[in-house]
This record gives sequence, C-alpha cells and structure tokens, in this order.
Amino acid sequence: MLSRTADNLFWLSRYIERAEALARILEATQRLASLPAAYGGKTNEWESAVATAGCAEGFYAKHGEADHDSVVAYLAFDRDNPSSILNCFETARHNARSVRTALTIEMWETINGAWIELRRLADRRLAGEELTRFLGWVKEIGLRFDGSATRTMLRNDIYDFSRIGMLLERADNTARILDVKYHLLLPEQGEVGGGLDYYQWQAILRAVSAVTSYHWVYRESVKPWLIADLLILNDQMPRSFAACYGELVRHLDQLARAYGRQGPAQRLARSCRARLENADIRDVFQRGLHEFITDFIADNNRLGAAVHEQYLA
Amino acid sequence: MPSPAFDEMTLSDGSVRPAYRKLAEWLAAAPPDLLQYRVKEAELLFRRIGITFAVYGDQQAQERLIPFDIIPRIITADEWATLTKGLVQRVEALNRYISDVYGKREILKAGIVPEDLVFRNEAFRPEMAGKTPPHDLWVHIAGIDVVRVDADTFYVLEDNARTPSGVSYMLENREVMIRLFPELFSQHRVAPVERYADELLATLRSLAPRTSSAEPVVVLLTPGVYNSAYYEHSFLADKLGIELVEGRDLFVRDEVVYMRTTEGPQRVDVIYRRIDDEFLDPLVFRPDSALGVPGLMSAYHAGNVTLTNAIGTGVADDKAIYSYMPEIIRFYLGSEPILKNVPTYRCREPEALSYVLDHLDELVVKEVHGSGGYGMLVGPHASKEQIELFRAKLKASPAGFIAQPTLALSTCPTYVASGVSPRHVDLRPFVLTGSNGVRIVPGGLTRVAMREGSLVVNSSQGGGTKDTWVLDE
Amino acid sequence: MRLTIRHETTYRFETPAASVIQTLRLWPRGHDGQHVVRWRLDVDRNCRLRAAEDAFGNQAHVFAADGPLDEITVLVEGEVDTQDAAGVVNRAAERFPPALYLRETPLTAHDHEISAFAEEVGSSAGGGELAALHGLLDRLHSEMEFAPGQPDGATTAAEAFRVKRGTAQDLTHVFLTAARGLQIPARCVSGYVRREGGEPQDSPHAWAEAYVPDLGWVGFDPTEGVCPTESHVRVAIGLDCLGAAPVRGSRYGGSGETMTMSVLVQDARASRSYRRS
Repeated sequence: MLSRTADNLFWLSRYIERAEALARILEATQRLASLPAAYGGKTNEWESAVATAGCAEGFYAKHGEADHDSVVAYLAFDRDNPSSILNCFETARHNARSVRTALTIEMWETINGAWIELRRLADRRLAGEELTRFLGWVKEIGLRFDGSATRTMLRNDIYDFSRIGMLLERADNTARILDVKYHLLLPEQGEVGGGLDYYQWQAILRAVSAVTSYHWVYRESVKPWLIADLLILNDQMPRSFAACYGELVRHLDQLARAYGRQGPAQRLARSCRARLENADIRDVFQRGLHEFITDFIADNNRLGAAVHEQYLA
Repeated sequence: MPSPAFDEMTLSDGSVRPAYRKLAEWLAAAPPDLLQYRVKEAELLFRRIGITFAVYGDQQAQERLIPFDIIPRIITADEWATLTKGLVQRVEALNRYISDVYGKREILKAGIVPEDLVFRNEAFRPEMAGKTPPHDLWVHIAGIDVVRVDADTFYVLEDNARTPSGVSYMLENREVMIRLFPELFSQHRVAPVERYADELLATLRSLAPRTSSAEPVVVLLTPGVYNSAYYEHSFLADKLGIELVEGRDLFVRDEVVYMRTTEGPQRVDVIYRRIDDEFLDPLVFRPDSALGVPGLMSAYHAGNVTLTNAIGTGVADDKAIYSYMPEIIRFYLGSEPILKNVPTYRCREPEALSYVLDHLDELVVKEVHGSGGYGMLVGPHASKEQIELFRAKLKASPAGFIAQPTLALSTCPTYVASGVSPRHVDLRPFVLTGSNGVRIVPGGLTRVAMREGSLVVNSSQGGGTKDTWVLDE
Repeated sequence: MRLTIRHETTYRFETPAASVIQTLRLWPRGHDGQHVVRWRLDVDRNCRLRAAEDAFGNQAHVFAADGPLDEITVLVEGEVDTQDAAGVVNRAAERFPPALYLRETPLTAHDHEISAFAEEVGSSAGGGELAALHGLLDRLHSEMEFAPGQPDGATTAAEAFRVKRGTAQDLTHVFLTAARGLQIPARCVSGYVRREGGEPQDSPHAWAEAYVPDLGWVGFDPTEGVCPTESHVRVAIGLDCLGAAPVRGSRYGGSGETMTMSVLVQDARASRSYRRS
C-alpha cells in the first residue's frame, strides 16, 4: 500500500477519534460547571477542559479567560484551532477523499455526511440544549464511523492502519484526561472525598464513558484508586491504556506478519504493553501516578513517531 | 448556412436506416412518460456511481453530472471496420511522425512540414530530441475526435495525443444503459466496451522498459484531488487495479523510480500519467511544480521507466500540425488517408489569411493551441461584433489561428425538453498502442450538442454524452 | 588566457532533509575559443554521480543523496584555456536549428515594453541583426543597473526591465526577450567571468548568445557590456537561465533551506604567483 494512503487512513481515524473525545470532554465539563455554586470550589472547569484538549497555548493566545462560550467556541468551531471538532472533521474528510477507494461506502458516507452537516452548523452559536444535542451528534458520528469500519472493512493492512491511528489517539486522550485530573485521585485527597471530589470523579468516568462500566467491574462506590485502575490497567475497559495497547500490539503484529518484517513500532508497543500488564495499581501510586502518566504519554508519542517512520513516511 | 445535416437514424425521405430500425420502433412504442422516468433513473444511477468513487456535496459532483442522453448512438459493424482502419493508420502515422521529429527529422528535411512549426511549437520538448522512449512508441493512448457528414464519410476533427480524457464516461454510460434498458440490449448485439480496462492494462504492461521485472508495476499519476479529472483518475486506477499515485508518492534513486509504500520502496516500471509535460519533473520543466517527481527525466532517459504518453507528443496534435496530417500519413505510410481531414486554412500563410478574412462568416476559426471549444469562432452562428473581434485577433497574430469550413455534423435523435429531436454529435474513440499491437475497444465517447442547431459539443459549452453502440453483426 | 576556477555551492537545512536530488550543469565543454585543461566535480556526500548529456548538448550530472542532511556542498574546480574570438562561438555542441531559440519561456515571455525598446534600438542601429544586437548590448548595459547576487529564478524579463535593475541572469533575460522580439534567435549561457581584482563572486555569471546569419552564434554580455572575451568561460546553454542553471535541486523533508555560492575566477599565472608568495 502507498505510504500516503496509509498515512491518510491513520490520521483520518485519529481525527474522528479526537473529535469524539473533544465532545466527551466538553460534555463532562458542561456538567461539572453547571453544578450548584456550593460545589464550585476554586477550580475553573473550563480551564481544565482546555488543558485536557492540549491546546492551552493556542487558546490563551486568542481568549483572555476560559469560560463556557470561549471554550466551546474554540474547541468545537474555531478554524484557527487545528484540533477543533470542526477542523477534525474537515481534515478527516479531506483525508478520506484522497483515499476514497480504500474506504467502504458506509465509512465515506459517515464522514462526508458529517462534514456537510457541520458546514451547515459551523457559524451558529450553540448553547444549552442545542450544544448538548450537537455533542451527542459528534459522538454518534464516532460510533457510526467505528461501527462501519468494524462491520464493512476487509481485515487487511488498510484496516490495521486505521485502527492503529484510532487506538493511539484514544490512549492519548485517556492519558490526558488523567494527566489534568490526577491530583484528584491522589490518596491525600482522603478516602472519602467531599461532594466536589465525588462529582469530579464522576466527571472523569464520564469523559471516557465509563460510569456504568465502573460499577460493573468494581461493584462498589467510586474510589479514586479504582478509577485509576480502571482507566490505566483494566484491559476490559476499552479506553484504558491496557486495552488500547493490547489492540495496538495485535494490529502491529498483523502488519508485521503480512509484510514479513517487524521493526521499532512492534518492539515499542510490546514493551509498553508488558509494562501495563505487569503493573499493579498500588505500585503505580507508590512510584507516583503523575510520573507514570507522563511517561505513558511520552511512550505513546514515541510509538506514533515509530509508526510514522516505519510505514507512513 | 450549411445544408441540412445527415441524421444517423432518419434519412431525409423519412425512412429509417436499418441499424436504427429496432430503436426507432422502440422509441415510437414507448409511452411518453417512460423516457422521462428513465432519465430520472439515469441521473440517480450516476449519482450513486459518483458516490462509489468520490465526492458528492461539492463542486466535482456538479461537474460529474454533465447531461447524459439516454438514446444510444448506433454504429454498424461495417462503419466501425472502416473507422478502425482509419484510426489505426492515423495513430501509426502520429507515432512515426513524433519519433521522426525527435530523431532524424526526415519530414523536415523533405520540406513537408515547416521547421519552425516544430521547433517554435511550445509542445516540442527539446529534452526529447535524440531520445527514444521504450519500444519507440510515443502515443499509447490517443483520443481521436471524429465526425461524420453523410452515410459514408468520416472526418477527423482533432487528434488528442497528450492525455486524452473522457473514457470513464464511455464505461459509465454503458453501465447505466445496461441497467436502464435491458430490453434494448436484448434486441441488439452490442459489442462490449467493458474490456477497455483489461486492454489498457495489457497495453501499459506491454510498454514496460526492458529493465523491468517480469511483472511490471504500473501506476496512474494524478495531479491530485483538486484536479477536475480526478474522478476519472480514481475510476481508472480502481478498474485497472493499480495504485493512484501523486508526485510525492514517487522518488528517483540512481535513475530508477520508486514509490513509497508501507513495505518500503517499490520499483515502478510504467507511469500512466495524467499530468502535463511541464509539471512532470521540477528539475527539468517548471521548477515550481509540486505535482511532479524530481529526477523523473533522468530515469526516463536511462530507459528505466515508461511514461504514457511519452513526453513531447503534443508536437503532433495541435491544430496547425493537424492540417499536415494527410501529407504526414502519405510520407510515412505511403498510403492515402482513410479518414478525411477537414480542409484547413493555415492563417500563417498570407493567401490563406486573406481568404479567411474575406469569408469569416462562413468559416470556423480556431486557435492553434486552444482546446475545449474556447477561443473559437463559428462564423455562420456569430454576431457581427464577434466576427470583427476575431478579425482583429487574426490580423494581430495570424500564425495563432487556422480556419475550416463549417461541417454539417451528423445528428442523432436526442431526448430534450420538447421530446425526441435531432442534435449534432461527434465521437471520440480511444486507440491503445502497445508493443504488442493496437487495440481499439468498439465504442467511444459520443458527445452531443444539447442546444438545437449548436455544433459545439464540448462539455464546458453545454455538451452532453451518449452511449455509443457498435453493432456486432 | 589560462583561468583557474573554483565554484562552491552549499545548501544548509535548519531541519535536516531526508534526501536531496540535484541536476548539475557545471561541466564546461570545449569549443574554438575554449579548451578545458582539467576539471573536477565533487559532492561531499555519498552518492552516485550520473553523467548525461542534456537536450542542448550540455554535460549534466544528476545525483541523489540520502540524509539526514543538514548541509551539502557541491564543488567544481579546474583550469580552462581561453582565446578571444570577438564573441563568436564556433564548433560548440549544437543540437537544434536556430529557429528553436525563438521560443519564449515563462521568464522571457513577450513584453510590449521590451519589444518597443527593441524596435527603437533596432531602427536607430540602422539595419542588420549584428548592429541591432550591439545596440541592445550597449543600451541595456548603460540603462540597467547590475545587482550582484543569486538569481531568484522567478523574476521575469519584463519585471527586471521595468525596474531597470537586476542580476546578470535578469539582464540576460531582457536581452533574450528583446532579441527574440526582433525575430533573432537568442539563448542564455551560464558560465564564469574573470573580473579585475579577482575578488570572490557570490554567483556564477550569465550572458546571451544570438544567432547572426553568416557569423553563427555570437555572445553578448549585457552585464559587462561586451561580447565575451578571453575572461569568459562558457559552461551551459538553455532557452533561459533556468534551462542553463548550474544547479537545480529538490529535497524531501527538512526545512529552512539556505544556499550560498562562492565563485573564484583568476588568471592562472596570477594565482600561481600569488600562491608562491
């Protein structure tokens, strides 16, 4: 396959995944920010959202203060923000167009349809109910794209590259949510958090669509170290580091088998997965949750670079 | 005004030509709303095929949907046999001429074609002088525009020897017709066009350089998604099962072309390029071209890659050279042209110019380097102002123009708002030349001027297309 | 005169390039007024240099080098014996009839102002191509200001003529456009020139050649205001300076490219005695 084709597929999936992640971050933030003032605390949730989306620099160059309007505008619709939902779909559609024949009709229609719809919405200021509906729609596009990929694509290298892009992005998003909120999960916060903490913990779970999963897995009330366990080490939880890396290793191995050759990308992914498999959440906390997450983000970036170097350049 | 045009279905005495008899009966029997209904269906089908390949909801989709006329144009086996012979002859002469112009220049020495018409022609590529492309073949894919004026006479209107387009319409029109009118196909033995993709691939493979492996790698080089013909490029690449590459996907190392793949560099042997000469290699042609492949010419000259069509074939297809085609055919092949050439006044010649200036209202005047129906004067249909405008242009640079008498292009029954009515048509068959022979798929792209009386069939000027049936008996 | 020439071209990349491919026209050939005594070409990276004659008979080389490259240098040096032939070029490699050199290129596209200028010079010179060409040479030399430096490869003859200022390549382009406007075939020459003092120059030289019936190709150097002398070394020809360019390259990856050239042309005897002292 042409490297450019693989590169387009890889980024196409990354951008769809990123758009969906942004929608979930905005949703969770909106919910936290709308709590009664008594829970308001000292943190500005909109600031956290900007930090989690990883676009603080661009945001503050344009806006003095992070609040509902400025953050929604910047993360969802701003053309100057290369990772706004609007631009994610724009880039995804551009990539899809140049690899049109590598996609199934269902995938193409999902992306193209989303792009057309979004162009219609782009100039409107959405708030409240409308915004909620919009964010739900974005998540739905992610689901539909993912679903049509799963249901209609041949299981060949095209599939592998688009999954690898999606999984790297997914791992990165989960890691960044934890990176911004890790302090809420630290033991000094006390075993039973105050009301605010409770809502914060809920918000973390919500940002990765894991509120229900949490209760299925742990069968007890929300505890910060269990949240960390679920999002980092539990391979049943599809957005956890462990689950993403289980899948990443599988797809990279498939590529290696198909091409009869393996390289740095396979080695990096395997070593990262091994570390996650062998880790225990108590050790993670003992050695420092924040360091663990920061290291993971760096490793994940390294894997992205290795995939690029090995296949996409 | 030209005499009433020859209609390919109905003769002037009202009788129907045999090849069209069943179609005429079917048309007469069809309930009035049936055709209307099928037209709608055809449009839906085109949209759906469009979706299979690219883009709807933006500009290209609009471009895609150039009018399609559901009434087929029918050519008999005999007529096709004559056409085929003429096309083979024509393309062979084109190839010999180009080879000569870049090689021994015998036709120039013989004084048949004036030297400056070649050397001052922008399409003449000095870079090709003294070079021989693999198999000494230059025009591998030609689109020869043909018109007919009566039952027996075909004229060549234009040779397209660079990167002729439109073949996707030939294939899609047939696809849609088979789905919409199965009953008509069951009544006619229509020669299939579907094997064009196989024939093209076989041709391209046969052109592989001698240094290539047994299984030559063929790619289609496109300028990219923003090109107006991108749709056709992706359509063909898909039908041929070859990679659709852009310039940046390719690179040259030690005079060999490679493409960047997920499995590492892979050698490329044949490039079906849909990019104009001057964009192919920024080290040799336009330095600002981001569409090409730096160093491509070095690989080409080393004989390690085939470009189809070869570089510099445009020296054979502009309208000034066109007028010399009969002499060119005689010079190289020693035979009389089978397909006629429209008599052409070369305005670079003073007597011709003065004749043309005196008869502007009867003639068609064309720019030597123009295409797509732009920069053209159709005298009998032009206003006084338009004629005067052209008179000034002609006087300013006579060498830039040729003039021809208006031909009474044949008409075919066409479905228009007012019902079924005759419209002027032309035909672009595609001629494939490989190292193992010439292949012509029976059919081509019939273009139709949808406006009553109009002779301009170009899609940019409101022309449409028809399916072209060559009968197999 | 025996001239020693040393011409070094260095490309630097802020972000290293993954690979570089270049076409070089840096290898002079002999003709009646010029004999190449010795010449060498060196690229300071591992690569295979492929020699090939280009369409105009120039000796060209193509190479590709794989990176990461933060810098790459191409060096030519050698000695050439030259004789003054009043600008007439005899027994050079000729691949095309003169008519080809009437073609315009994007950099030498027809321009009304230049044509009018050429017409005026032609008619005041009073008949004959040679007189007209000398007229153009004198007028362009006196009316256009020479700006040393690298040609940018994008300035057209018309633009340079409008500001009456330009590099040797720009002046040459104006000359070509003017000559062709008079229906005189003309082409660009890239090469070297020895200037008094022998100071290092920051770019190779360029001038024009025009075809005069009976004489053949004759050189005209609007920058120096002379027909080429024994101080000129002819390296390559083309329809314009882009076609005759000493170096044309392209890179894959990397960014922040800068290019510097250093050209030293000296009288061999002078440079030897200089070295001895």
